[in-house]
Amino acid sequence: MTQLTMAKAITAGLRKAMEDDPKVVLFGEDIGRLGGVFRVTDGLQKDFGEHRVMDSPLAESGIVGTAVGLAMRGYRPVVEIQFDGFVYPAFDQIVSQVAKMHRRTEGLLMMPIVVRIPYGGGIGAVEHHSESPEAYFTHTAGLRVLSPSDPQAAYLTIQQAIACDDPVVYFEPKRRYWDKGDVDLSIDATDLAQVPGPWRARLVRRGTDVTVACYGPMVRTCLEAAEASADVSLEVIDLQSLSPLDMDTVVSSVERTGRLVVVHEATANGGLGAEVATRVTERCFYSLEAPVLRVAGFDVPYPPSRLEEHFLPNLDRVLDAVDRAMAF
Amino acid sequence: MTTERVPAAAAVQLLTPEGERVPHPDYDISLSDDVLRDLYRDMVLVRRLDTEATALQRQGELGLWAPCLGQEAAQVGSGRAMHENDFAFPTYRDHGVAWARGVAPLEILAMFRGVTNGGWDPIRKRCAPYMIVIGNQALHGVGYGMGIQLDGAEEAVVAYFGDGATAEGDVNEAFVFASVYNAPVVFFCQNNQWAISQSQERHSRVPIYERAAGFGFPGVQVDGNDVLAVMAVTAHALDRARSGDGPTLIEAYTYRMGAHTTSDDPTRYRHANEVEVWRLRDPIERLKVFLARQGIADRAYFDVVEHEADELAILVRDGVRSMPEPSIDAIFDNVYAEPHPLMEEQRRTLHAYEASFADGAGA
Repeated sequence: MTQLTMAKAITAGLRKAMEDDPKVVLFGEDIGRLGGVFRVTDGLQKDFGEHRVMDSPLAESGIVGTAVGLAMRGYRPVVEIQFDGFVYPAFDQIVSQVAKMHRRTEGLLMMPIVVRIPYGGGIGAVEHHSESPEAYFTHTAGLRVLSPSDPQAAYLTIQQAIACDDPVVYFEPKRRYWDKGDVDLSIDATDLAQVPGPWRARLVRRGTDVTVACYGPMVRTCLEAAEASADVSLEVIDLQSLSPLDMDTVVSSVERTGRLVVVHEATANGGLGAEVATRVTERCFYSLEAPVLRVAGFDVPYPPSRLEEHFLPNLDRVLDAVDRAMAF
Repeated sequence: MTTERVPAAAAVQLLTPEGERVPHPDYDISLSDDVLRDLYRDMVLVRRLDTEATALQRQGELGLWAPCLGQEAAQVGSGRAMHENDFAFPTYRDHGVAWARGVAPLEILAMFRGVTNGGWDPIRKRCAPYMIVIGNQALHGVGYGMGIQLDGAEEAVVAYFGDGATAEGDVNEAFVFASVYNAPVVFFCQNNQWAISQSQERHSRVPIYERAAGFGFPGVQVDGNDVLAVMAVTAHALDRARSGDGPTLIEAYTYRMGAHTTSDDPTRYRHANEVEVWRLRDPIERLKVFLARQGIADRAYFDVVEHEADELAILVRDGVRSMPEPSIDAIFDNVYAEPHPLMEEQRRTLHAYEASFADGAGA
């Protein structure tokens, strides 16, 4: 076991993927000499060369659009979008090309592209640096969407995303980049006989009264809420795979607890919480003792940073929802 | 509204509209009689394919067609300049390019029939599927070209787009990426004068080929209705690309003789006399005159090609009408390369729903 921050765990995962497969190339703004604004690609250009870790022009559509061409040539591009709020220029390429090329060519072309996006708030940033745009991508057929919540998961899932023949939008919870955790670097992430694949939810804390489903930056928040909850026992599920959703894990938990609270930073309206709630209602309506409740960002543009503590779901808001679920 | 537009004086031309061969100091080309005859044949067959497809749309057999009428020289000339391992990134109108890459006529028509969104094997044909989103493919071409560089291969890419696409961010980003990475890409812009109803003044203040200079690579305008000049200029640019000298922008100055698509009505935005002027610059007629005058082809040859075109027309008509309907499974096939729970769940749901009709009519 090695103690690593989540950022360094992703670096280690990227390094391992590049060692394992010479077709893996990294591409993005400031990822080479600088090592990325969050240093996630630190040292990789030095070790793998400028031809495999390429600083790109400052043009997000160009980054993803050229990744499509690289994939057509047989490469496995891992591109970095510097911040969540800067992915939108690339939205057209991601939705119209990355997501659809495999289908368009009736399976003849693969798009094994990973789009890494540091996302979420809580770091006191200026506008466009704290957003949670994952629902745009989970709504798009042809894409897979992952978000790790701790260093060990990050180390494994980044490698699994790269090994996947489908495109993966990989949301990295930037405020957890500096969280440390034990990472077993000896695990072979792509040996799916030994380790579970990434497309599953993780039961990260057992409980009996209320299931709390969350992902990315909210997993730590929800675990802290579970610790703080004296009277009500919370079962915490890290969804991890936002598309496809692993509903079996959620449903089997809700069948035991009878209550579900879904937590995410992203705005509530049309978000993942709505999808999880609907599917739970469809699959285990008679197990529910209370309506599925959401704790999410308000339906406003991300506020100026001095207000973000009031916008972001936190321990108290999670517990407030738990109380409402219990009181129903 | 319809000021007559003509190529720049610098536009490369090897064959005048009257079919007269003229020399050029930089781009002269010496082609065998066989190649010259083949270029003629290609253009005639592509035009017939195009004409038949337009008719099939009118008969309700195709959902839509984007005619390439008038642009055969630009497409065939550039397509035939490519080596076997070069890779084309065409738009939805580039039937002459697909043809030159060896894509079968019915493969071209399949997406317009609505049985697929693609139609051919892009890797085997070295030809990407038609791109409908304007300009997206320019970046794909550059990325593919960067892959060629990483592989150290002597291959090149031709990325096709139209005059309207030059206003798109993706095309401009493609210019930047190709330039700074010195990617082996030929940007081939068919300036057919009309982006649906909008003329070039809405897309560029300067001639399109001149914009290359600002991105740091050469731009050249070619008479897009002169198949010899197009082939010469494209072959030259491809050679540059393959030998590591980077990208080139070619502006093929041509004209969209037909509608934007079969859903369009060009009489609302352009005068018939403009079309008539361009009819005198027809790409096929000028090569035919040249071949006949030079004694490279005679009446018998032209008749053979005409007969071949008639047979192609029959093949296209019969082939389109008898194209198999896709199975409903195709809705869920290949959305993902790896197993995906929603695909299987929803596939089962649809099958069960279709089977629930007592007469099986739904299935």
